Amino acid sequence: MIHTDLCIIGAGPVGLFAVFEAGLLKMRCHLIDALPQVGGQLSEIYPQKPIYDIPGYPEVKAQDLVDNLMEQIKPFKPTFTLGERVDHLDKQEDGSYIVTTSDKTHVHAKVIVIAGGLGCFEPRKPVLDNLETFEGKGITYMVKNPETFRGKKVVLAGGGDSALDWTIYLSKVAEKVTLVHRNETFRGAPDSAAKVFDLASQGKIDLILSANLKEVGGNGVLNSVTLHDKAKTEIKIDADYLIPLFGLSPKLGPIADWGLSIDKNAIEVDTRDYSTGVERIYAIGDINTYEGKLKLILCGFHEAAIMMHSAFKYVYPDQKLSFKYTTVNGVNTF
Amino acid sequence: MVNFTVEDHDGNRQEIEAPDDMGFSLMEILKASEYPVLATCGGMALCATCHVEILEGKDELGEATDVELDQLENLPEYYPTSRLACQIRIGDILEGAVVKLRGEDVV
Repeated sequence: MIHTDLCIIGAGPVGLFAVFEAGLLKMRCHLIDALPQVGGQLSEIYPQKPIYDIPGYPEVKAQDLVDNLMEQIKPFKPTFTLGERVDHLDKQEDGSYIVTTSDKTHVHAKVIVIAGGLGCFEPRKPVLDNLETFEGKGITYMVKNPETFRGKKVVLAGGGDSALDWTIYLSKVAEKVTLVHRNETFRGAPDSAAKVFDLASQGKIDLILSANLKEVGGNGVLNSVTLHDKAKTEIKIDADYLIPLFGLSPKLGPIADWGLSIDKNAIEVDTRDYSTGVERIYAIGDINTYEGKLKLILCGFHEAAIMMHSAFKYVYPDQKLSFKYTTVNGVNTF
Repeated sequence: MVNFTVEDHDGNRQEIEAPDDMGFSLMEILKASEYPVLATCGGMALCATCHVEILEGKDELGEATDVELDQLENLPEYYPTSRLACQIRIGDILEGAVVKLRGEDVV
């Protein structure tokens, strides 16, 4: 069990900056994000895009903003659980919460801050009968531990960078790797594409182009994948694993089940302190909604500052909060 | 003004009238018309959540750019009629078109 003052759900720019505002008030934070890295949309969707409306930065690359935020919050020693989705919030008798993730990590926190942006990024799934039957029993959307695939027959589907990269990597580990792609060419990095064509011509992988996934089969666990090629001819391949890699798409996910008031996929908050209707649960950044809401990073930063001053009373119920400027007191680490 | 037809996830069709002189994209008009379009990336052709099919009038819209095709081709479902609504500017080219929503429903 991880113990912390605040558990921040979502490690995007607003979740990260919230650590800073909490730190100024001597509150410790643990962050959880479904993605394997911090930065939220900025790192996942547009790391190289310039942002022009961050005060003080005429132009800043999305990934640079994330890196700078990480630098800024370092003095407050935040801790992270990445690559896990928050599934449950359980209220304790003293009002605090225990947070449980998809991988059964438990975090005990006095206050919950939902900075979940658009929700969790979840893998896009191909439309196939019985897909769910084999999820976790041969079908996986993420390569967490490549060793899982040692000596196995693996089929990958997709044509982007991650499909190319994992095909190259797994060709050294798996018994047999087949890459299925719907086109004749790849739009991923040209180097990786060239390497994949090389591996195919050397017979180290099977590359099946202009083909689509049609069926998955097995008896309890996956043992075959059926494709349709351009002429709609069926090709059946023996497979221990199928890894569809069609990118990620945001879903509100379990947040919808936490008893909060939700309007159009966003959590309704009180604009005095960005609290939800449930005590000790706050929502900041793109995930919240109120009259006049603007989904801007800078608005999320503002919300984080206001919200932390409100949360203080739950972390230090016996203390009076005094407002201080960083210019007067500096940034005092824990 | 430009008139075109939108078909939602349930197959219901509605005629939409949109201003063609304000630089809006089709994605923005769909959102403004209360259709469940996520548009996560805000119109940068980076997330494909505004995926639509142009059932009628696709040729008039011209070719998709490489950036757009990159996103489209990585979707699990991709059709010859597929486009990203954020990459289509509202203009005469859309007059009479039929647009079918494809991006994941937000609910």
